[in-house]
Amino acid sequence: MLPASFGYVAARSVEEALQLLAKHGDDAKLLAGGHSLIPAMKLRLASPRYLIDLGAVPGLRGVRVDGDSLAIGALTVHADIAASDLVRKQLPGLADAASMIGDVQVRNRGTVGGSVAHADPAADLPVILTALNASFVLQSVAGNRTVAADEFFIDFYTTAIAANEVLTEIRVPLPPPGAGTAYAKLPHPASGYVVVSAGVLILRLPSGQCASARIALGGMGSKPIRATATEAALQGQPLTGDVIARAAAKAAEGTNPDDDFYASADYKRQVATVYTRRAIEAAVERAKN
Amino acid sequence: MAAKAEFESIPITITVNGVKHEALVEPRTLLVYFLRENLGLTGTHVGCDTSQCGACTIHLNGRAVKSCTILAVQANGAAITTIEGLAHNGSLHPVQEGFREKHGLQCGYCTPGMIMTAVNLLETNPNPSEEEIRHALEGNLCRCTGYINIVESVKWAAEKMRKEAQR
Repeated sequence: MLPASFGYVAARSVEEALQLLAKHGDDAKLLAGGHSLIPAMKLRLASPRYLIDLGAVPGLRGVRVDGDSLAIGALTVHADIAASDLVRKQLPGLADAASMIGDVQVRNRGTVGGSVAHADPAADLPVILTALNASFVLQSVAGNRTVAADEFFIDFYTTAIAANEVLTEIRVPLPPPGAGTAYAKLPHPASGYVVVSAGVLILRLPSGQCASARIALGGMGSKPIRATATEAALQGQPLTGDVIARAAAKAAEGTNPDDDFYASADYKRQVATVYTRRAIEAAVERAKN
Repeated sequence: MAAKAEFESIPITITVNGVKHEALVEPRTLLVYFLRENLGLTGTHVGCDTSQCGACTIHLNGRAVKSCTILAVQANGAAITTIEGLAHNGSLHPVQEGFREKHGLQCGYCTPGMIMTAVNLLETNPNPSEEEIRHALEGNLCRCTGYINIVESVKWAAEKMRKEAQR
């Protein structure tokens, strides 16, 4: 099964990619690992006339600490995020999510930038990155702008990236001492995609109380959805099992997931409460250590 | 005279199993078809063609990947190993031997991909648990065996490779 014919250019720099984007406009798509785009092109869900390959652009791979953030190059593959000592130590919830994507071969090739730019509502990284309050660096000929996760994901397969921009970096604030992160997922048994998932960032005070919580849900709508009722129910409360269970029970409040062949909306709402509780519990355990 | 193709073909250089190849490819050529049809390396199989089944698994710069979801042009400059590149001087790779010794196949269609993924696992984890083997092979589907003998094959190979490494 081949994609429809297209023209191909391997960009040598972000600047060159931007020039090519300006030249080809809506006829062009950016190619990273290709693990979302190439399947879509085979199925004719996407038929760009030109692909601008970012694969050989230097400087877009790897994880580093930059100020008070972890800076992740957009072309960093999932396997490298999952295996990064920095990520595992500082943001284990992100390592969890990266390690649950697809399978080994997919993680060896799929990129974080490609995943978030594709913005599949059943993808893992948009969920955990929303919980972690990540921001996305978008480069254009005018310069760089940075968009926070809550504004970056807009709808099914739709993000804040403009047609003349390239996503170059994902920045994740390094959590302070006493923070815990976690990600829990019910995968579809065949595809491995998210049925329902929960990403959590908890700030735990030495007293055991919750200073603040950010919780994002996957599979519950057209983009990652903040579980604001659960967040509010945790804030200022002691992080006991009862408090967590009562807060997690509110996770699906205000959500309106779709019925699909695998899971009904009611089932998803129920599962959301369970996976939210598990992710909070895991995050709290990590916050204690 | 044939009409000029709308989109230019792209020159690529790829090293496959240690041999350098130069070719002009249509951008939409998938790497698996380049290997099979241009180079005649038909050991790499096309199964689902949708990055699910893993029959097309190869090593690209040392990592197991699904060659049905990579364009040949994206592999420009890369070093690739296919199932044909595992045996050396007529001796099978221990993972290939393991699949023979433990009968890790029935129809054999998934076998090259299984072996390529297993080899990549053992390169990074020489002594995997059964759970780690099963997790690593998540992206390779077998519709015959029920996986039991495949896991046994990988265990057999891991043990042989560890013994060889101690020598």
